[in-house]
Amino acid sequence: MSREMTGAQIVVEALKEQGVDTIFGYPGGAVLPIYDAIFQQNDIKHILVRHEQGATHAAEGYARSTGKPGVVLVTSGPGATNVVTGMTDALMDSIPMIVLSGQVPTFMIGNDAFQEADTVGITRPCSKHNWLVKDTADLAETIHQAFHIATSGRPGPVLVDIPKDVQFASAPYKAKAKTSTARYQPQVKGDIEAITRAVEAFEQAERPIIYSGGGVINSGVASSQLLRELVTSSNSPITSTLMGLGAYPASGDNWLGMLGMHGTVEANLAMHGCDFMLCVGARFDDRITGRTDAFSPDSFKVHMDIDPSSINKIIRVDVPIIGDIGHILEDFLKVWKARGRKTKSAAIKKWWSQINEWQARNCLDFTNSDTIIKPQHALQRLEELTKNMDRYITTEVGQHQMWAAQYLNFDDPHRFMTSGGLGTMGYGLPASVGVQVAHPEALVINIAGDASFQMNMQEMATAIQFNLPVKQFILNNERLGMVRQWQQLLHGERYSQSWSESLPDFVKLAEAFGAKGILVSDPADLDEAIKEMLAYDGPVILDCVVEKHENCFPMIPSGKAHNEMILCDEETADAIDAAGKSRV
Amino acid sequence: MTLHLKKGSSRKSAYDLKNPLDELEETHTLAVLVDNEAGVLARVIGLFSGRGYNIDSLTVAETDAEGHRSRITIVTTGTPAVIEQIKAQLGLIIPVYRVNDLTVEGPSVEREMALLKVAGKGEKRVEAMRLADIFRANVVDSTLESFVFEITGAPEKIDAFTDLMRPLGLCDIARTGVAAMARGI
Repeated sequence: MSREMTGAQIVVEALKEQGVDTIFGYPGGAVLPIYDAIFQQNDIKHILVRHEQGATHAAEGYARSTGKPGVVLVTSGPGATNVVTGMTDALMDSIPMIVLSGQVPTFMIGNDAFQEADTVGITRPCSKHNWLVKDTADLAETIHQAFHIATSGRPGPVLVDIPKDVQFASAPYKAKAKTSTARYQPQVKGDIEAITRAVEAFEQAERPIIYSGGGVINSGVASSQLLRELVTSSNSPITSTLMGLGAYPASGDNWLGMLGMHGTVEANLAMHGCDFMLCVGARFDDRITGRTDAFSPDSFKVHMDIDPSSINKIIRVDVPIIGDIGHILEDFLKVWKARGRKTKSAAIKKWWSQINEWQARNCLDFTNSDTIIKPQHALQRLEELTKNMDRYITTEVGQHQMWAAQYLNFDDPHRFMTSGGLGTMGYGLPASVGVQVAHPEALVINIAGDASFQMNMQEMATAIQFNLPVKQFILNNERLGMVRQWQQLLHGERYSQSWSESLPDFVKLAEAFGAKGILVSDPADLDEAIKEMLAYDGPVILDCVVEKHENCFPMIPSGKAHNEMILCDEETADAIDAAGKSRV
Repeated sequence: MTLHLKKGSSRKSAYDLKNPLDELEETHTLAVLVDNEAGVLARVIGLFSGRGYNIDSLTVAETDAEGHRSRITIVTTGTPAVIEQIKAQLGLIIPVYRVNDLTVEGPSVEREMALLKVAGKGEKRVEAMRLADIFRANVVDSTLESFVFEITGAPEKIDAFTDLMRPLGLCDIARTGVAAMARGI
């Protein structure tokens, strides 16, 4: 006979049974019973954020750095509406997240009660699935289902809305083992015929490229190992999306750097010129493809993805393989090996000499300065001084994010947390909090811009409260850098609202929170400032004042193809035509 | 010679000469079997509005009370790529059990029911009655100055009947939308 408990106790029990050790949340009237149940136990640690959006990004950081789902607990009404951005972010980037929200009691729903909102209605388009639980007897099963759905198939956010009377009422607890998950079982094994066809094309490839994405990382560390084995044993060049960085090591011999709008010349030209493309767990996002009708015109395309709706959505492919990347890669390698590990090695060698020529252009070179810190230089120094450390990087969104992807090297999966699909400014600081909670001993650095940092800077207080020594590395150009760059390229240098007129003194701000603040503006002092940041045992804001009008290159202007990149300021005149202007 | 009629692609032409990759729009009838749970219809409709797909017709009702299943029949228009995307996206909705594209999966029957109120006197009233007879519409309500006709058939038949009733005093119309099913077993 199962034990009878209150709904609030059921929530805590179900979380424990699901192996949850940490939740990120903020209390309020409609979740008080659950907070009371949390108060009476010690197994689950609650991280009190300062804004519910912060809770969602912290949970994302926790999830992406561990591979486990992130759990968020918020109250009804504003608590629930504040999680919408984070849930949308998690949906776009396939992050497993379970949001538990309080709701007004069932008998008050629909009455426009205090702090009532149609939470399931509002979060329907930004969740993988959501539930309003109207009966305590269904609560445990719903939470177990929620974990199952959030973590299987293509991961994503789910929300369970729990009215206050359901939290107070009692019902027997239903164990995870007794919950049926048969209803949702996405295909994990790839079709072996399709895999064989892909291998056949792979064997014939003279100019292959492997283009990997976040799906490899979501599939688990073993998938990254399989990817590395495939790349190494076939000597294929590999590039990756922003979300996939670290699946193949940046220090690896076959690495071409990131591709796409701000990807490297060699990666984009290899994508354009290849005759065989193996897309592993990526989704042909518009930041990757550029102009779709000119995207990799001569290649045979194989697309491995767990989400059937990603197939042929943007780019038509020759062989789609639906399933979990780990399973598909394993079978792909098995078939390829069984058929004798064939490659056109002479042709691939020739392909590499072409790629080496492109690499020799050193597209990430920039003009350094000894009077002002260049943002690229700051990141190069940060990379140099931290590369051997147990390091996790988060970013905000904008120029600094792209520079971080270009100039920092990621040799392992789960080490780079950034908002890719949604592009959420304000992601990085709370994400760094979540990462540090999961990895208390590691070095966690948030690469930020002065504008993005201010979007969720209240979470510095969370870092202080829970002794989380997160390092905030602000590349301060007193601008909304990426907006400014686009205004320069697209809108006749009319910098509409992209200035930060009244920036706070970040050093004083750090001190006001109880953190350490460091200001650096002279390139000569940069290394010392970074070392000081690394040495301090506690949260730090490093205000790194950088060149104000530096542009992020290479850049595929909107509406252009992979072979139409611009590499420096001199090439920007009329780089974007009228059709490109209307794109984002 | 057998004509390979592919419904939707051949509304205007008897010949199916379409290239599957071209950008012409086609009409497809989708049968979507779902768990009859709260909000399931909102999920389906939200998908269509959120991603900019068309809904030409939509019907929904519980078809299995014990199993809590409902069947949603959607008639939609889009390029072949969009239709594929619609089916894939529908498949992602958790309470969706199955998506069948009745337009491509073989022959199917489509029926729709409509109620039409026609007001009139004299010759027009007689003509309305006569046409109703030809279309095998039933009179389900009658006053001295009006009829309510019930008509069942393919949507085109109802369109035709509606057009005929318009000059005869059509003053109100309610259509159920299409219910569809594959032929044979």
